[in-house]
Amino acid sequence: MSGEVAVLGAGMHPWGKWGHGFVEYGVAAARAALADAGVDWRDVDSVVGADTVRGGYPGHVAGATFAKALGWQGARVTSVYAACASGAQAVGTARAQILSGLADLVLVVGADAAPKGFFRPAGGDRPDDPDWLRFRVLGATNPTYFGLYARRRMAVHGDTLEDFAQVKVKNAASGALNPNARYRKRVTAEEVAASAVVADPLRLLDICATSDGGAALVLSSMEFARRHGTADPVRIRAVSTVTPRYPTTVLDLPDIATDSAVAVEPAADTFRASIARAAYEEAGIGPGDLSLAEVYDLSTALELQWYEDLGLCGEGEAAKLLREGATALGGRTPVNVSGGLASFGEAVPAQAIAQVCELTWQLRGHAGDRQVSGARVGITANQGLFGHGSSVVAVR
Amino acid sequence: MVAGWFAGDGDRFHLLGTRCSACATVFFPREDTFCRNPGCAGGDLAEVPLSRRGRVWSYTDSRYRPPSPYVTDPELSWEPYALIAVELEAERIVVLGQTVPGVTTVDLAVGMEVEIVPGVLNEDEETTWTTWHWRPTGVTA
Repeated sequence: MSGEVAVLGAGMHPWGKWGHGFVEYGVAAARAALADAGVDWRDVDSVVGADTVRGGYPGHVAGATFAKALGWQGARVTSVYAACASGAQAVGTARAQILSGLADLVLVVGADAAPKGFFRPAGGDRPDDPDWLRFRVLGATNPTYFGLYARRRMAVHGDTLEDFAQVKVKNAASGALNPNARYRKRVTAEEVAASAVVADPLRLLDICATSDGGAALVLSSMEFARRHGTADPVRIRAVSTVTPRYPTTVLDLPDIATDSAVAVEPAADTFRASIARAAYEEAGIGPGDLSLAEVYDLSTALELQWYEDLGLCGEGEAAKLLREGATALGGRTPVNVSGGLASFGEAVPAQAIAQVCELTWQLRGHAGDRQVSGARVGITANQGLFGHGSSVVAVR
Repeated sequence: MVAGWFAGDGDRFHLLGTRCSACATVFFPREDTFCRNPGCAGGDLAEVPLSRRGRVWSYTDSRYRPPSPYVTDPELSWEPYALIAVELEAERIVVLGQTVPGVTTVDLAVGMEVEIVPGVLNEDEETTWTTWHWRPTGVTA
Protein backbone atom coordinates (compact mmCIF):
# COMPACT_ATOMS: atom_id res chain seq x y z
CA MET A 1 0.00 0.00 0.00
CA SER A 2 1.58 3.25 -1.17
CA GLY A 3 0.63 5.36 1.84
CA GLU A 4 2.56 3.28 4.33
CA VAL A 5 5.87 3.86 6.09
CA ALA A 6 8.01 1.25 7.82
CA VAL A 7 8.78 1.13 11.53
CA LEU A 8 12.39 -0.01 11.48
CA GLY A 9 13.12 0.55 15.14
CA ALA A 10 11.47 1.24 18.50
CA GLY A 11 13.13 2.12 21.79
CA MET A 12 12.35 3.41 25.26
CA HIS A 13 14.01 4.56 28.40
CA PRO A 14 12.18 2.82 31.27
CA TRP A 15 9.63 5.12 32.94
CA GLY A 16 9.78 6.13 36.58
CA LYS A 17 11.10 8.96 38.71
CA TRP A 18 14.75 8.76 37.85
CA GLY A 19 15.85 12.30 38.65
CA HIS A 20 17.66 12.97 35.37
CA GLY A 21 17.07 15.58 32.69
CA PHE A 22 14.72 14.76 29.83
CA VAL A 23 17.54 14.84 27.27
CA GLU A 24 19.09 11.78 28.86
CA TYR A 25 15.86 9.80 28.53
CA GLY A 26 15.37 10.91 24.92
CA VAL A 27 18.89 10.04 23.88
CA ALA A 28 18.69 6.62 25.56
CA ALA A 29 15.40 5.91 23.76
CA ALA A 30 16.82 7.18 20.44
CA ARG A 31 19.91 5.01 20.71
CA ALA A 32 17.76 2.00 21.56
CA ALA A 33 15.54 2.66 18.51
CA LEU A 34 18.55 3.15 16.20
CA ALA A 35 20.12 -0.07 17.47
CA ASP A 36 16.82 -1.89 17.05
CA ALA A 37 16.61 -0.61 13.46
CA GLY A 38 20.22 -1.49 12.76
CA VAL A 39 20.97 1.94 11.31
CA ASP A 40 23.71 4.46 12.05
CA TRP A 41 22.61 7.81 13.47
CA ARG A 42 24.74 9.53 10.84
CA ASP A 43 22.54 8.01 8.12
CA VAL A 44 19.35 9.54 9.53
CA ASP A 45 17.96 12.19 7.13
CA SER A 46 15.61 13.91 9.54
CA VAL A 47 14.98 14.12 13.26
CA VAL A 48 11.56 15.06 14.65
CA GLY A 49 11.33 15.95 18.33
CA ALA A 50 8.14 16.03 20.40
CA ASP A 51 8.55 19.11 22.57
CA THR A 52 9.00 19.13 26.31
CA VAL A 53 7.47 22.29 27.71
CA ARG A 54 8.01 23.89 31.09
CA GLY A 55 6.31 27.09 31.98
CA GLY A 56 4.72 27.54 28.57
CA TYR A 57 8.11 27.88 26.94
CA PRO A 58 10.09 24.92 25.68
CA GLY A 59 13.56 25.98 26.87
CA HIS A 60 15.43 23.25 25.05
CA VAL A 61 13.70 22.81 21.68
CA ALA A 62 13.30 19.08 21.32
CA GLY A 63 14.39 18.23 17.78
CA ALA A 64 17.64 20.17 17.91
CA THR A 65 18.31 19.24 21.55
CA PHE A 66 18.22 15.53 20.75
CA ALA A 67 20.20 16.03 17.51
CA LYS A 68 22.92 17.93 19.36
CA ALA A 69 23.11 15.34 22.13
CA LEU A 70 23.38 12.51 19.59
CA GLY A 71 26.04 14.53 17.74
CA TRP A 72 25.30 17.12 15.05
CA GLN A 73 25.29 15.37 11.70
CA GLY A 74 23.38 17.78 9.48
CA ALA A 75 19.95 16.10 9.45
CA ARG A 76 16.79 18.04 8.71
CA VAL A 77 15.16 18.99 12.03
CA THR A 78 11.56 19.55 13.18
CA SER A 79 10.09 20.17 16.63
CA VAL A 80 6.39 19.80 17.35
CA TYR A 81 4.24 20.71 20.32
CA ALA A 82 0.70 19.39 20.69
CA ALA A 83 0.59 18.66 24.43
CA CYS A 84 -0.22 14.97 24.96
CA ALA A 85 -0.57 14.52 21.18
CA SER A 86 2.97 15.79 20.54
CA GLY A 87 4.24 12.28 19.89
CA ALA A 88 1.54 11.54 17.32
CA GLN A 89 2.24 14.84 15.58
CA ALA A 90 5.93 13.92 15.51
CA VAL A 91 5.06 10.56 13.92
CA GLY A 92 2.69 12.35 11.52
CA THR A 93 5.39 14.82 10.53
CA ALA A 94 7.97 12.09 9.98
CA ARG A 95 5.51 10.14 7.88
CA ALA A 96 4.65 13.19 5.75
CA GLN A 97 8.34 13.81 5.07
CA ILE A 98 8.87 10.19 4.05
CA LEU A 99 5.76 9.96 1.86
CA SER A 100 6.59 13.24 0.13
CA GLY A 101 10.13 12.11 -0.60
CA LEU A 102 11.81 14.74 1.60
CA ALA A 103 13.43 12.07 3.77
CA ASP A 104 14.01 8.33 3.66
CA LEU A 105 15.04 7.64 7.24
CA VAL A 106 13.60 9.62 10.16
CA LEU A 107 14.18 9.49 13.91
CA VAL A 108 11.22 10.46 16.10
CA VAL A 109 11.93 11.21 19.78
CA GLY A 110 9.93 12.37 22.80
CA ALA A 111 11.01 12.51 26.44
CA ASP A 112 10.08 14.22 29.68
CA ALA A 113 11.08 14.59 33.28
CA ALA A 114 7.70 15.41 34.80
CA PRO A 115 7.29 17.37 38.03
CA LYS A 116 5.59 15.62 40.93
CA GLY A 117 1.93 16.17 41.71
CA PHE A 118 -0.67 18.02 39.68
CA PHE A 119 0.25 19.46 36.32
CA ARG A 120 -0.01 23.23 36.60
CA PRO A 121 0.12 26.15 34.20
CA ALA A 122 2.95 28.62 33.79
CA GLY A 123 3.37 31.31 36.44
CA GLY A 124 2.34 34.96 36.36
CA ASP A 125 -1.07 36.55 35.81
CA ARG A 126 -2.21 35.32 32.43
CA PRO A 127 -6.01 35.63 32.18
CA ASP A 128 -5.83 35.30 28.38
CA ASP A 129 -4.78 31.65 28.83
CA PRO A 130 -7.70 29.20 29.29
CA ASP A 131 -5.43 26.74 31.08
CA TRP A 132 -4.37 29.40 33.60
CA LEU A 133 -8.00 30.51 34.05
CA ARG A 134 -9.41 27.11 34.99
CA PHE A 135 -6.85 26.82 37.76
CA ARG A 136 -7.15 30.41 38.98
CA VAL A 137 -10.94 30.74 38.86
CA LEU A 138 -12.04 27.18 39.66
CA GLY A 139 -9.06 25.23 40.98
CA ALA A 140 -10.01 22.72 38.29
CA THR A 141 -7.07 20.30 38.10
CA ASN A 142 -6.85 17.56 35.47
CA PRO A 143 -8.26 14.94 37.88
CA THR A 144 -11.38 17.04 38.48
CA TYR A 145 -12.22 16.72 34.78
CA PHE A 146 -11.60 12.96 34.98
CA GLY A 147 -13.94 12.92 37.98
CA LEU A 148 -16.66 14.71 35.99
CA TYR A 149 -16.45 12.12 33.20
CA ALA A 150 -16.48 9.24 35.66
CA ARG A 151 -19.50 10.55 37.56
CA ARG A 152 -21.32 11.22 34.29
CA ARG A 153 -20.72 7.62 33.15
CA MET A 154 -22.08 6.34 36.45
CA ALA A 155 -25.23 8.45 36.07
CA VAL A 156 -25.86 7.80 32.37
CA HIS A 157 -24.55 4.26 31.83
CA GLY A 158 -24.61 2.75 35.31
CA ASP A 159 -20.86 2.19 35.52
CA THR A 160 -19.73 1.38 39.06
CA LEU A 161 -16.65 2.08 41.14
CA GLU A 162 -15.91 -1.62 40.89
CA ASP A 163 -15.87 -1.36 37.07
CA PHE A 164 -13.37 1.48 37.27
CA ALA A 165 -11.21 -0.48 39.71
CA GLN A 166 -11.19 -3.48 37.38
CA VAL A 167 -9.59 -1.34 34.65
CA LYS A 168 -6.71 -0.67 37.04
CA VAL A 169 -6.52 -4.32 38.03
CA LYS A 170 -6.35 -5.31 34.34
CA ASN A 171 -3.73 -2.72 33.36
CA ALA A 172 -1.56 -3.33 36.42
CA ALA A 173 -1.54 -7.05 35.62
CA SER A 174 -0.16 -6.24 32.13
CA GLY A 175 2.21 -3.58 33.42
CA ALA A 176 3.70 -6.12 35.82
CA LEU A 177 4.90 -7.96 32.68
CA ASN A 178 6.48 -4.89 31.05
CA PRO A 179 10.12 -4.06 31.91
CA ASN A 180 9.66 -0.45 30.69
CA ALA A 181 6.69 0.28 32.98
CA ARG A 182 7.12 2.41 36.09
CA TYR A 183 4.73 0.30 38.21
CA ARG A 184 5.35 -3.41 37.90
CA LYS A 185 3.12 -4.72 40.64
CA ARG A 186 -0.31 -6.29 40.37
CA VAL A 187 -3.07 -4.30 42.05
CA THR A 188 -6.29 -5.64 43.57
CA ALA A 189 -9.72 -4.02 43.53
CA GLU A 190 -9.45 -3.78 47.31
CA GLU A 191 -6.27 -1.74 46.99
CA VAL A 192 -7.98 0.64 44.56
CA ALA A 193 -10.94 1.00 46.93
CA ALA A 194 -8.60 1.64 49.86
CA SER A 195 -6.69 4.43 48.12
CA ALA A 196 -7.57 8.05 48.85
CA VAL A 197 -10.28 9.86 46.88
CA VAL A 198 -8.66 12.52 44.68
CA ALA A 199 -11.65 13.80 42.70
CA ASP A 200 -14.97 12.14 43.49
CA PRO A 201 -15.59 9.34 42.49
CA LEU A 202 -12.00 8.64 41.44
CA ARG A 203 -9.28 7.46 43.78
CA LEU A 204 -5.54 7.72 43.62
CA LEU A 205 -5.23 4.33 41.91
CA ASP A 206 -7.87 5.33 39.31
CA ILE A 207 -5.70 8.23 38.11
CA CYS A 208 -2.38 8.02 36.31
CA ALA A 209 0.78 9.41 37.88
CA THR A 210 3.35 11.74 36.35
CA SER A 211 6.62 10.11 35.31
CA ASP A 212 9.96 10.53 33.66
CA GLY A 213 10.39 8.59 30.46
CA GLY A 214 11.43 8.56 26.84
CA ALA A 215 10.35 6.81 23.65
CA ALA A 216 11.66 6.82 20.09
CA LEU A 217 10.93 5.35 16.68
CA VAL A 218 12.97 4.99 13.50
CA LEU A 219 10.68 5.29 10.48
CA SER A 220 11.59 4.83 6.83
CA SER A 221 10.13 4.54 3.38
CA MET A 222 9.08 1.06 2.32
CA GLU A 223 11.76 1.25 -0.37
CA PHE A 224 14.45 2.01 2.24
CA ALA A 225 13.22 -0.90 4.38
CA ARG A 226 13.53 -3.29 1.43
CA ARG A 227 17.07 -2.06 0.63
CA HIS A 228 17.88 -2.43 4.31
CA GLY A 229 16.85 -6.06 4.16
CA THR A 230 13.65 -5.69 6.20
CA ALA A 231 11.17 -7.42 3.94
CA ASP A 232 8.14 -7.45 6.22
CA PRO A 233 8.33 -4.53 8.63
CA VAL A 234 5.61 -3.23 10.90
CA ARG A 235 3.98 -0.45 8.87
CA ILE A 236 2.19 2.72 9.90
CA ARG A 237 -0.97 2.92 7.83
CA ALA A 238 -2.72 5.93 9.36
CA VAL A 239 -2.03 8.91 11.61
CA SER A 240 -5.04 10.92 12.78
CA THR A 241 -4.33 14.40 14.12
CA VAL A 242 -7.82 15.87 13.70
CA THR A 243 -9.30 18.85 15.54
CA PRO A 244 -12.79 18.91 17.05
CA ARG A 245 -15.83 20.06 15.10
CA TYR A 246 -17.87 23.00 16.33
CA PRO A 247 -19.75 22.93 18.61
CA THR A 248 -17.98 20.66 21.10
CA THR A 249 -20.58 19.77 23.68
CA VAL A 250 -18.55 17.57 26.04
CA LEU A 251 -16.77 19.72 28.62
CA ASP A 252 -13.08 19.20 28.04
CA LEU A 253 -9.76 20.30 29.51
CA PRO A 254 -8.88 23.12 29.88
CA ASP A 255 -12.25 24.76 29.18
CA ILE A 256 -14.61 26.28 31.73
CA ALA A 257 -17.60 25.81 29.42
CA THR A 258 -18.61 23.93 26.28
CA ASP A 259 -19.50 25.56 23.00
CA SER A 260 -23.15 26.50 22.78
CA ALA A 261 -25.21 24.28 20.48
CA VAL A 262 -27.87 26.95 20.05
CA ALA A 263 -26.97 27.86 16.45
CA VAL A 264 -25.36 24.66 15.10
CA GLU A 265 -26.37 21.07 15.80
CA PRO A 266 -23.47 19.05 17.23
CA ALA A 267 -21.97 16.29 15.08
CA ALA A 268 -23.29 12.80 15.74
CA ASP A 269 -20.04 11.68 17.34
CA THR A 270 -17.83 13.39 19.87
CA PHE A 271 -14.30 14.67 19.33
CA ARG A 272 -12.79 11.56 20.87
CA ALA A 273 -14.82 9.31 18.58
CA SER A 274 -13.87 11.40 15.54
CA ILE A 275 -10.15 10.86 16.27
CA ALA A 276 -10.53 7.10 15.87
CA ARG A 277 -12.93 7.37 12.94
CA ALA A 278 -10.43 9.44 10.96
CA ALA A 279 -7.73 6.83 11.64
CA TYR A 280 -10.01 3.96 10.61
CA GLU A 281 -11.01 5.73 7.39
CA GLU A 282 -7.43 6.47 6.45
CA ALA A 283 -6.29 2.92 7.24
CA GLY A 284 -9.26 1.30 5.54
CA ILE A 285 -10.04 -0.81 8.58
CA GLY A 286 -12.69 -0.96 11.27
CA PRO A 287 -12.84 -1.86 14.94
CA GLY A 288 -13.45 -5.51 14.05
CA ASP A 289 -10.01 -5.72 12.43
CA LEU A 290 -8.10 -4.75 15.57
CA SER A 291 -5.81 -7.18 17.33
CA LEU A 292 -5.14 -4.68 20.13
CA ALA A 293 -5.47 -1.03 21.16
CA GLU A 294 -3.33 1.27 23.26
CA VAL A 295 -5.55 4.04 24.65
CA TYR A 296 -4.98 7.08 26.77
CA ASP A 297 -6.09 5.94 30.23
CA LEU A 298 -5.58 9.14 32.20
CA SER A 299 -8.18 7.58 34.45
CA THR A 300 -9.76 4.16 34.68
CA ALA A 301 -13.14 5.60 33.72
CA LEU A 302 -11.66 7.30 30.67
CA GLU A 303 -10.37 3.98 29.37
CA LEU A 304 -13.97 2.73 29.34
CA GLN A 305 -14.99 5.81 27.36
CA TRP A 306 -12.36 4.99 24.74
CA TYR A 307 -13.85 1.49 24.22
CA GLU A 308 -16.98 3.21 22.98
CA ASP A 309 -15.14 5.94 21.08
CA LEU A 310 -13.04 3.31 19.27
CA GLY A 311 -16.20 1.39 18.39
CA LEU A 312 -15.19 -1.71 20.35
CA CYS A 313 -18.74 -1.69 21.69
CA GLY A 314 -21.86 0.46 21.58
CA GLU A 315 -22.43 3.53 23.70
CA GLY A 316 -22.80 2.65 27.36
CA GLU A 317 -21.57 -0.93 26.87
CA ALA A 318 -17.93 -0.45 27.87
CA ALA A 319 -18.24 -1.80 31.41
CA LYS A 320 -19.98 -4.90 30.03
CA LEU A 321 -17.11 -5.40 27.56
CA LEU A 322 -14.62 -5.08 30.41
CA ARG A 323 -16.54 -7.50 32.63
CA GLU A 324 -16.58 -10.06 29.79
CA GLY A 325 -12.78 -9.91 29.69
CA ALA A 326 -12.80 -8.81 26.03
CA THR A 327 -10.23 -6.07 26.67
CA ALA A 328 -7.86 -8.09 28.86
CA LEU A 329 -4.83 -9.96 27.60
CA GLY A 330 -6.27 -13.07 25.94
CA GLY A 331 -9.59 -11.33 25.22
CA ARG A 332 -11.06 -10.39 21.83
CA THR A 333 -9.47 -6.91 21.67
CA PRO A 334 -6.91 -6.43 24.43
CA VAL A 335 -6.55 -2.80 25.49
CA ASN A 336 -3.42 -1.36 27.09
CA VAL A 337 -1.46 -4.59 27.24
CA SER A 338 1.59 -2.36 27.80
CA GLY A 339 0.05 -1.54 31.16
CA GLY A 340 -1.12 1.84 29.86
CA LEU A 341 -0.65 5.12 31.64
CA ALA A 342 -1.90 3.28 34.72
CA SER A 343 1.46 1.48 34.78
CA PHE A 344 3.64 4.08 33.03
CA GLY A 345 2.38 7.46 34.22
CA GLU A 346 2.46 10.53 32.04
CA ALA A 347 5.63 11.69 30.33
CA VAL A 348 3.75 13.97 28.00
CA PRO A 349 5.86 14.24 24.80
CA ALA A 350 6.81 10.55 24.98
CA GLN A 351 3.54 8.78 25.59
CA ALA A 352 1.99 8.80 22.12
CA ILE A 353 5.33 7.52 20.76
CA ALA A 354 5.47 4.89 23.50
CA GLN A 355 2.04 3.64 22.40
CA VAL A 356 3.42 3.06 18.88
CA CYS A 357 6.48 1.29 20.36
CA GLU A 358 4.13 -1.15 22.07
CA LEU A 359 2.21 -1.77 18.83
CA THR A 360 5.51 -2.38 17.07
CA TRP A 361 6.69 -4.97 19.57
CA GLN A 362 3.29 -6.64 19.62
CA LEU A 363 3.01 -6.80 15.82
CA ARG A 364 6.51 -8.25 15.59
CA GLY A 365 5.58 -10.88 18.18
CA HIS A 366 8.33 -9.63 20.48
CA ALA A 367 6.23 -8.58 23.48
CA GLY A 368 7.25 -11.43 25.73
CA ASP A 369 4.83 -12.46 28.44
CA ARG A 370 2.32 -9.80 27.43
CA GLN A 371 2.22 -10.84 23.75
CA VAL A 372 -1.17 -10.69 22.06
CA SER A 373 -1.35 -13.91 20.09
CA GLY A 374 -1.26 -13.41 16.31
CA ALA A 375 -1.38 -9.59 16.47
CA ARG A 376 -1.79 -8.07 12.97
CA VAL A 377 -3.47 -4.67 13.43
CA GLY A 378 -3.16 -2.19 16.28
CA ILE A 379 -4.48 1.30 17.01
CA THR A 380 -3.40 3.97 19.47
CA ALA A 381 -5.74 6.64 20.81
CA ASN A 382 -4.78 9.76 22.66
CA GLN A 383 -5.92 13.35 22.96
CA GLY A 384 -3.83 16.50 23.29
CA LEU A 385 -4.91 19.52 25.33
CA PHE A 386 -6.48 22.34 23.26
CA GLY A 387 -8.01 20.02 20.63
CA HIS A 388 -5.27 17.81 19.23
CA GLY A 389 -6.42 14.42 17.99
CA SER A 390 -3.95 11.58 18.14
CA SER A 391 -4.34 8.09 16.76
CA VAL A 392 -1.97 5.79 14.87
CA VAL A 393 -2.81 2.56 13.06
CA ALA A 394 0.01 0.07 12.61
CA VAL A 395 -0.21 -3.22 10.73
CA ARG A 396 1.90 -6.25 9.96
CA MET B 1 -9.28 39.19 37.17
CA VAL B 2 -12.02 38.15 34.75
CA ALA B 3 -13.77 41.39 33.91
CA GLY B 4 -17.31 41.14 32.60
CA TRP B 5 -17.99 37.47 33.35
CA PHE B 6 -20.82 38.15 35.79
CA ALA B 7 -22.96 40.97 37.18
CA GLY B 8 -25.72 41.76 39.65
CA ASP B 9 -26.33 41.03 43.31
CA GLY B 10 -28.31 38.48 45.27
CA ASP B 11 -31.21 37.05 43.26
CA ARG B 12 -30.21 39.12 40.23
CA PHE B 13 -26.65 37.76 40.06
CA HIS B 14 -25.97 36.17 36.67
CA LEU B 15 -23.20 35.14 34.31
CA LEU B 16 -22.51 37.34 31.31
CA GLY B 17 -21.79 35.90 27.91
CA THR B 18 -21.80 37.32 24.43
CA ARG B 19 -24.04 36.55 21.46
CA CYS B 20 -23.22 36.81 17.78
CA SER B 21 -25.66 39.08 15.97
CA ALA B 22 -25.31 37.02 12.77
CA CYS B 23 -25.82 33.42 13.97
CA ALA B 24 -27.11 33.87 17.56
CA THR B 25 -24.37 31.65 19.02
CA VAL B 26 -23.74 32.32 22.70
CA PHE B 27 -20.24 32.34 24.20
CA PHE B 28 -19.12 31.87 27.77
CA PRO B 29 -16.54 32.87 28.84
CA ARG B 30 -17.35 35.89 26.73
CA GLU B 31 -15.91 36.04 23.23
CA ASP B 32 -15.47 39.65 22.16
CA THR B 33 -13.31 39.28 19.09
CA PHE B 34 -14.45 36.50 16.74
CA CYS B 35 -17.57 34.40 16.33
CA ARG B 36 -16.17 30.86 16.51
CA ASN B 37 -18.98 29.24 14.53
CA PRO B 38 -17.08 28.06 11.40
CA GLY B 39 -20.16 28.57 9.26
CA CYS B 40 -20.72 32.17 10.33
CA ALA B 41 -19.29 35.12 8.44
CA GLY B 42 -19.14 36.92 11.77
CA GLY B 43 -21.32 39.51 13.37
CA ASP B 44 -21.16 41.91 16.27
CA LEU B 45 -20.79 40.24 19.66
CA ALA B 46 -23.16 41.73 22.21
CA GLU B 47 -23.17 41.08 25.95
CA VAL B 48 -26.05 38.89 27.18
CA PRO B 49 -27.04 37.53 30.60
CA LEU B 50 -27.06 33.73 30.87
CA SER B 51 -29.84 31.69 32.46
CA ARG B 52 -29.62 31.67 36.24
CA ARG B 53 -30.77 28.06 36.57
CA GLY B 54 -29.64 24.84 34.96
CA ARG B 55 -29.28 21.11 35.50
CA VAL B 56 -26.27 19.19 36.76
CA TRP B 57 -24.42 17.50 33.85
CA SER B 58 -21.86 16.03 36.21
CA TYR B 59 -19.99 16.85 39.40
CA THR B 60 -16.85 16.07 41.32
CA ASP B 61 -14.65 17.58 44.00
CA SER B 62 -11.05 18.41 44.80
CA ARG B 63 -9.80 16.47 47.81
CA TYR B 64 -6.28 17.82 47.48
CA ARG B 65 -5.19 21.44 47.43
CA PRO B 66 -4.91 22.60 43.80
CA PRO B 67 -1.63 24.18 42.75
CA SER B 68 -1.08 27.87 42.01
CA PRO B 69 -2.50 29.98 40.43
CA TYR B 70 -5.45 28.80 42.57
CA VAL B 71 -5.15 30.92 45.69
CA THR B 72 -5.38 29.20 49.08
CA ASP B 73 -4.03 29.89 52.52
CA PRO B 74 -1.37 27.24 53.21
CA GLU B 75 -1.78 27.95 56.94
CA LEU B 76 -5.33 26.58 56.87
CA SER B 77 -6.17 22.91 56.52
CA TRP B 78 -7.54 22.08 53.09
CA GLU B 79 -11.32 22.07 52.79
CA PRO B 80 -12.41 20.28 49.59
CA TYR B 81 -14.93 22.08 47.38
CA ALA B 82 -17.28 20.50 44.88
CA LEU B 83 -17.34 21.40 41.20
CA ILE B 84 -20.48 21.13 39.07
CA ALA B 85 -20.83 21.21 35.30
CA VAL B 86 -24.25 22.75 34.66
CA GLU B 87 -26.34 22.51 31.48
CA LEU B 88 -28.16 25.71 30.63
CA GLU B 89 -31.15 24.73 28.50
CA ALA B 90 -31.79 27.97 26.64
CA GLU B 91 -28.15 28.52 25.74
CA ARG B 92 -27.42 24.80 25.14
CA ILE B 93 -24.12 25.21 26.93
CA VAL B 94 -22.44 23.53 29.90
CA VAL B 95 -20.72 25.81 32.43
CA LEU B 96 -18.40 24.61 35.18
CA GLY B 97 -18.36 26.20 38.60
CA GLN B 98 -17.76 25.56 42.28
CA THR B 99 -20.66 24.88 44.59
CA VAL B 100 -21.52 27.15 47.47
CA PRO B 101 -19.49 26.27 50.58
CA GLY B 102 -21.05 23.46 52.58
CA VAL B 103 -22.58 21.64 49.60
CA THR B 104 -20.62 18.46 48.94
CA THR B 105 -20.84 15.70 46.35
CA VAL B 106 -23.15 13.65 48.58
CA ASP B 107 -25.71 16.45 48.21
CA LEU B 108 -25.59 16.35 44.41
CA ALA B 109 -27.01 14.23 41.60
CA VAL B 110 -26.84 14.39 37.82
CA GLY B 111 -29.95 16.13 36.53
CA MET B 112 -30.58 18.11 39.74
CA GLU B 113 -31.59 21.76 39.32
CA VAL B 114 -29.09 24.36 40.50
CA GLU B 115 -28.97 28.14 40.45
CA ILE B 116 -26.20 30.65 40.35
CA VAL B 117 -25.24 32.83 43.30
CA PRO B 118 -22.34 35.17 44.01
CA GLY B 119 -19.50 33.78 46.04
CA VAL B 120 -16.05 34.62 47.31
CA LEU B 121 -13.11 33.14 45.42
CA ASN B 122 -10.47 34.48 47.79
CA GLU B 123 -9.64 37.60 49.70
CA ASP B 124 -6.72 39.44 51.22
CA GLU B 125 -6.54 42.64 53.30
CA GLU B 126 -7.34 44.91 50.37
CA THR B 127 -9.41 42.87 47.94
CA THR B 128 -12.20 40.33 47.84
CA TRP B 129 -12.35 38.43 44.57
CA THR B 130 -15.94 37.56 43.70
CA THR B 131 -16.86 34.52 41.64
CA TRP B 132 -19.93 32.48 40.77
CA HIS B 133 -21.13 29.48 42.75
CA TRP B 134 -23.80 26.91 41.90
CA ARG B 135 -26.31 26.04 44.59
CA PRO B 136 -29.01 23.35 44.45
CA THR B 137 -32.37 25.12 44.19
CA GLY B 138 -34.27 25.00 47.43
CA VAL B 139 -31.07 25.25 49.45
CA THR B 140 -30.84 28.61 51.13
CA ALA B 141 -27.63 28.20 53.12
